[in-house]
Parts: sequence; C-alpha cells; structure tokens
Amino acid sequence: MTYIAKPKFHHPGLKKNELGYTHRDYEGKISTLCAGCGHDSITASIIEACYELSIEPHRVAKISGIGCSSKTPDYFLGNSHGFNSVHGRMPSVLTGANLANRDLIYLGVSGDGDSASIGFGQFAHSIRRAVNMTYIVENNGVYGLTKGQFSATADRGSKSKKGVTNTDNAIDLVAIALQLGATFVARSFSGDKTQLVPLIAAAIRHKGASFIDVISPCIAFNNHAGSTKSFDYVREHNDAVNRLDVLVGREPISVDYAPGTVQVVEQHDGSRLALRKLDADYDPHDRLGAMTFLQKHAAKGQIVTGLLYVDPDAEDLHTHLDTVETPLNTLDEQALCPGSAVLDKINASLR
Amino acid sequence: MSVQSPISSVNDFVVRFANVNGSGSASANELFARSILRHGVPVSPRNIFPSNIQGLPTWYEVRVTEDGHLGARGGVDMMVAMNPQTWDKDVASIEPGGYLFYDSTKPMPTSKFREDITVIGVPLTAITNSTYTDPRQRQLFKNIIYLGALCALLDLDPKLVEQLIGEQYKGKEKLLSSNVHALHLGRDWALQNLKCPLGLRVKKSDKVGDRIFIEGNSAAALGAVYGGATVCAWYPITPSSSVAEAFTSHCKKYRHDPETGKAKYAIVQGEDELASIGIVIGASWNGARAFTATSGPGISLMTEFIGLSYFAEIPAVIMNIQRAGPSTGMPTRTQQCDVIACAYASHGDTKHVLLFPEDPAEAFEFAAAAFDLAERLQTTIFLMLDLDIGMNHRLCRPLKWDDAKQYDRGKVMTAEMLEEGRDFGRYLDVDGDGIPYRTYPGTHPTKGSYFTRGTSRDRYARYSEEGAVYADNMQRLVRKFETAQDMVPRPLQANAAKPTKYGVLYFGSTSPAMDEAIGILEARGHQLDRMRIRAFPFHSSVASFIADHDFVYVVEQNRDAQLRQLIVNENGIDPVRLVPILHYDGTPITARFIANAIGDHQDHLKVTPLRKAVT
Repeated sequence: MTYIAKPKFHHPGLKKNELGYTHRDYEGKISTLCAGCGHDSITASIIEACYELSIEPHRVAKISGIGCSSKTPDYFLGNSHGFNSVHGRMPSVLTGANLANRDLIYLGVSGDGDSASIGFGQFAHSIRRAVNMTYIVENNGVYGLTKGQFSATADRGSKSKKGVTNTDNAIDLVAIALQLGATFVARSFSGDKTQLVPLIAAAIRHKGASFIDVISPCIAFNNHAGSTKSFDYVREHNDAVNRLDVLVGREPISVDYAPGTVQVVEQHDGSRLALRKLDADYDPHDRLGAMTFLQKHAAKGQIVTGLLYVDPDAEDLHTHLDTVETPLNTLDEQALCPGSAVLDKINASLR
Repeated sequence: MSVQSPISSVNDFVVRFANVNGSGSASANELFARSILRHGVPVSPRNIFPSNIQGLPTWYEVRVTEDGHLGARGGVDMMVAMNPQTWDKDVASIEPGGYLFYDSTKPMPTSKFREDITVIGVPLTAITNSTYTDPRQRQLFKNIIYLGALCALLDLDPKLVEQLIGEQYKGKEKLLSSNVHALHLGRDWALQNLKCPLGLRVKKSDKVGDRIFIEGNSAAALGAVYGGATVCAWYPITPSSSVAEAFTSHCKKYRHDPETGKAKYAIVQGEDELASIGIVIGASWNGARAFTATSGPGISLMTEFIGLSYFAEIPAVIMNIQRAGPSTGMPTRTQQCDVIACAYASHGDTKHVLLFPEDPAEAFEFAAAAFDLAERLQTTIFLMLDLDIGMNHRLCRPLKWDDAKQYDRGKVMTAEMLEEGRDFGRYLDVDGDGIPYRTYPGTHPTKGSYFTRGTSRDRYARYSEEGAVYADNMQRLVRKFETAQDMVPRPLQANAAKPTKYGVLYFGSTSPAMDEAIGILEARGHQLDRMRIRAFPFHSSVASFIADHDFVYVVEQNRDAQLRQLIVNENGIDPVRLVPILHYDGTPITARFIANAIGDHQDHLKVTPLRKAVT
C-alpha cells in the first residue's frame, strides 16, 4: 500500500555502485499490485538495471499512462519525478518532456491496453519520431484494473478466465515497432530477470527509440490454462534468440564466452553490448530478417525473446529538429526573446 | 435610365471581389487593400472563403474607411464580379446606386444586370489573351489588370501601387516589371475607355498613422516567440494552422543560435490534437514554455488533458482560433462559440482562464502574457481568437515590447531552496493564494521529487482518496482561480457622454463593430456605457458595471449567449438584467446589426404615455 511508508533503514554493508548509491536508492514505494504480479518483477529489473548502470536516480523521468503497469513508476526510483498521465497518452507526454530537457533519461512505462488499444496511435507515432526513450510495455494481454477483459495483444483463440474465446487478431507491438523504425527492439519475459535486466540497461544506454515488450503474466486474470500469457505458457513457448551483457566501461570482454558465440555491438555512447547467440542464424542488425523471423515463429506459437534489433548509430528527434545542446527549459529571455529593436523592424515591414 | 443616382463617396465605401478559389486573386486583392493604406486611408479587409482548395467561390471584401471603422460594415458599394458561378447573388448584393465591375469580353444579356446600379465592363480576358500566351500567366495577370483598371476608376495613385509591387518583388526584377506592366495595361484601358474616376474615390489622407497591418494568427505566433515559447505541438485545422506556420517562420528568423545555427525551439506536428496537447503538457511539466493552436473540434479532443492540466496543475497555453460549430460546423466562418466549452473544459469541476484579444496587437500581447500566466497559475490558459481576427489582415497599433521585462516563471523551487531545507509540498498552499510550488524533474538528488498524477492526492502529492483531503485540494483550486482574477487583463470601460441607465458588454472581435455601433446609436439618441471584457475569470468591475445599470446588453457571436451564461453563472446575476444581442450566421458581426438590435430594443422601452397615445 502506498500509504504505508517503506522503512528507510537498511543493512549498513549494502553494496554500493560507482556513484555510491545502494540498491535502496533506486527503489520506490511499496507496490499495490497483486502478490506475484509479473509487473513487480519488471519493477525489480528496472531498479537493478539503473543500479548497475550507476545512473543518478533523479536524472530519470518516469512517465506512464493509466492501468496496472502505469502505476508501477511509483514503485521504483523514488527520487525521480514521475508522471502518471492519461490513458494511452504516455508517449505524447514523454515526447514533450524530452523536447523540454534532452539531458534526462526518459523511461516510458505502459501496458498492452494503454499502448495497443487506446494509445496505439501515440505508441506508433512516438516510435516514428525517434524519441530518445526507453519504452517498456508490461504486456499481460488483459485489462487487470477493470477485472479481466481481453486486450488487443491477447492472442486469437486464447481463453479468458471466464472461458470466453478471443476471436480478434492480436497486435504484436514488437512487429509494429520494427516496421515503424524503432532502433532498439526487444522482447522479454518478466519471469526471466537475467534476460530482462541487461535488455533494460542496454535500452537506457541506447540513444533513440528503444522499445521492450515484456510479457508479464497477470496473476489474477490471465494465468489460467487456455491463456497464452500465463507463466506456464510463456515458459513453455519462450524462444530466446540471444543473451545480452552490457559493458559500460572499456574493460575487456569477459573470457567466459565460448569463441564464435559472441557478437559485440558498440553503441553511440561508447557502451558495448555483448550478445551471446542462442540461435546461430539470428542477426539483430537485420530489420527485415527480424520481422520475418518473428512472423514465422509466431505462426508456430513460439514467443521470440531477446534483443531483436539494434541500430547502434541511431538518431533521435532532437537530431532531426536540430535543437541546441542546452536543454530548452533552461533558456532565458536573453536566449529566447528577439527584443524591441527587432520588433520595431517587424512593425516597419508591416506598413 | 436609372432613377437611382450613383453612390458618391470619398474614402468611405465597400468593394467586394468575387473570385474563384485558387485563381491567384488573393495576392492582387491584398495589393489593392495595401495600396489604399499607402494613401493614408484605413481599410479593413476580410476573406470570405470556402473549405476548399480550388474551384469554389471565394470573396475578398475591402472596407475603405477614413473614419477607421474596422468592423465589417455590411452591404457592397462596388462588386468586382469575377466569378460566373455567383454572378446573380453578387449582383443582387450591390447597394442601390452601387457599381458592378465585370469582365466584358463576352457580351452579357441585359437581364443579367440591374437598372439601379452602374455597370462597368472591362474586357479583361481579351486584354490578357492578346498580351500573354501562357495560361497561368493569363490567369495571374488578369488579376493585376483588373487592379490597374480599379486604380483608374477609384483614382488611386499608380506610383503607390508600383511602390508596393516593388517591395513585394524586391530582387525579382522580371516579376516586378511584368506586374507593373500588367497594372498599366488595365489602368490605361480604363482611362481611355471609361469615365474615370467614379463617384467612389480614394483621396490621400493621414488617418493610418504608424499602425501596422497584420493577421491575428501571425501576431499571436509572434507573441509566443517573444513570450519565450520553446515547444509548439499542433495538428492542422482551419482556421488555426497559420498560427503554427507563422511560429515556424518567425522561429526560423529569430530563434537560431548565431554561432551553431541550431534551433532554440522544437515544433512537432502531432498525429492529432490529443498528442499535441500531450506534448505541451509534457514539455510544460518539464519546465519549458509550450503551446498548441487549434480550433473547436481540437478543443473537444483535448478536454481530458485540459482536466489533467487543471487538476495536476501543469501549465499549458492553448490558442483557440474559433470557427462556427458544433461538430465540423462551418470551418471557414467565424464565431465566438467556444466560450463555455473552454471555460469549463473537462469532466469534473473545472474552470479555466480565458483571454479575449480584440485585434492582432492584443493577440500579440496576450499570447506573450499567456505564458507568464500559465506558469504563475500552473494551469491551462486559453487565448481565444476567432477566424475574423486570426485570418484577416487588420490595421492595429504597432507591437510593443519592453526589453526590461523578465518572464514570470512562477513558483519553482530550486535545488538551492531545497538544500536550505524549505518545506516542499507540491500541493501545499504556502502563500495563501492557492498557488503551490513545483519542482522541475531532475532538480535534486534526494529532495523535491514527486509523483504527478490525475488522481486525488494530498498536499505532499501522496495518493489519497480521503474525502477531506480531496475537498481541501478542490477548495484550494477555487482559491487559485480567485487569485487569477486580479492577474488577467482587466475589462476596459468607456462611458457615454451623458449619464445612462443602460450598458453593453462585449468582447474579442466584436470590438470594432461595437465602437462604430455606439456612434450610430448615439445619433439615434441612445446613450450606452460600454465595457469590453478581456478575460475570464471576470474582474469584480464586471459585476459593478452590471449593478450600476438598469440592464446591460451582452453582444456576442454565438447562438446561446455563452458569455452571458458565464456571467450569470459565475456572478449570480439575475438573467433578466442581461439582454442578449446575438449574431451567429458565420459572418463577422457588423455595427449595423448591433445598432439595429440595440436600437430596436431601446425604442420599445420608450413607453408612450397613454394620454398622448389617445389624443
């Protein structure tokens, strides 16, 4: 319950990251979601990723829409500003925030109802515009807060808790993100933190539109037989194409990898992604190949996870708008107002 | 022969051009209006155009007015009938004794004319075709040729027109000389073949002064540049699109870093109005000055976000260039029909600040002020223009800016203030004015962060569904709105020459017509005190003005007397004391309309004593 204060004390020997922050510094309020909810694991993964990246917690802006997933920004990064906005409209709010101050890290948290139904348009257009953000969809295929209606990502033929079969086709947000030009696209599973944490870390370091679809079972309304978003179903059908390690410094790559199994991707900010290939044929630099691969595996009922596509030389909206390096929200009268002499000239031209 | 003698008037008449949309007539017609201004004679032009790109009828009306009456007058003294589609209606609309100017290349049956008007035929097509071969040139220069003929007929100084053409085509010598040539083709033909000048004439005067000629949308966009807006998100919709387009072109001129050439602004064309306002809210939340421009349908779409802005207290500036509603309504016609929609936009209990500029000069000032108000009050500020102000060139006083002026960024708690140990409650009313402090994201590592939400929360931004906590917050928002009353532009009052029991309230684009109507009413013996409302919430002087009069007319351009409703609702005024004067056919309100409506009402008030009536 959010009104129950989380105790502030912690073990004195708690490990610290490079900036001297402990894990606790990245935590937020106590979750009000159901016990066992997949979303809480994603919250934990976000905390872990931010801790490992040694991000200053207050330099992150957490923005969400409405729904169970959109509540979660209250449960991590308690020293960051959060914005639980309007249903389906996180992408536009995040876009505006990003335009105002390009120096913060933007974390957009949304759900499948928020992004695939009411906010499908905003999801699409924020990706199209290449907003520099990490866009996470906590995807459970169901409306939790309103008690179990299908969402637009629910697979055709899957069954609701009440036994109703879904006859509508599902929207695959990963496929859409690929088509619309997202420069970092991943899918993961809330039950697989070892896969998810580095994906979030890599997405945060990526300068461009990063999208992660995280299948996150709803323990209350979508974890039964007949669901394709239950823990059991996802575990059985998970086809991970790679495993990722994020290397921030210049330290040499760990020798643990078997030769020929690792692909190193250097991102624009100098961070490196070490990709351990699980599927020898999968190439995360091939957008078209990724789309085909996804479709083929989806047809077989498999859920493809991992880093599906990355363009290390991505551009973002600020590049396209050619905005000044200084955040727009810090510009003052001197920088913004052309002054009375210019206005006199304008007046003269209007006579 | 006509028994009606032709209208004779110097510097006081209305010329209307009937054209086909997309024929290139707009620039020639605007040149005509500007030429008259160069004679020192005020003009008030209006575009009457369809929701169409090419083919449908369009009109351009120029009121020539030595006395400076900038409202629409009504009636046409001279019709330049260039559109066969609307011929009959155009001819019928000419005032008795007026003039019809037409292309006489093809003979017209006499039944197509009227006996009580003067018909002036100029073989425009014949002149054009004998001079030009290229079809597009023929089209464009025909417009300049009729302008030349009008020059002779109305006694315009051709040098002043040439000077304007010279300014327009500066550096494009070929275009310049060919336009001047076309001008003289028309003028010479008229001088040789027609009796020039007519009874309608332009005579040099000195009534323009230092005034400028600008569209309200462009002025509002310039106000946004001067007011420090850095983020603009918009979705195309008539009649507001030219605000964002003007902002773009002003920014290109005045907002690039001289050293790096980089942009000190960000403009995004959203996928719809929801995204546009979302971007504005996100940017303002993060400490940038942001705005959107839209019209009625866009306001309808934005209302959920407007409620969020009100309740979560996030600044936003929305420029609403009103057009006739409801639904798609008449997209290219003017109205003041979104007063209620904007004042109370959103579900739940909300109230929003509205600013009502009367002309482009005020649109500039209020646009700049809107950003100060939005950040000071941490809420949405509506700049309520309409098509009549927004999309027409209007003569107005020069734009002014005080270089000593600093932006009011409102109550923002900085890292230093937090370090000092200041108590930060995002919704805590520390000063008693209902306005809390806010922090920008990323301010301090451990202090001052909060969770913004549209759900109910306590003074420290903690989620709460406690009734008392909710009510406390809602009461504070009322207090904040009361604070706004003294911050927004005050109403302007002008009293009649003699004491009177009657008053009139009006706002926005009604202003020039109202000023003119007062004169007409005075001549009819009706004295009226007047007050121009410039903002909502209403200043206390509005209530006193009403209290000081037996009753007050409320003049507005919508069907439902929306401003009157708002006054009744917000000030608890007895509705009987407010007499609605309503104009809502999509054309701009005229002095004639106001004077007739108020005059008739006043005449009915004059009770004839019974004894007098029977004798």
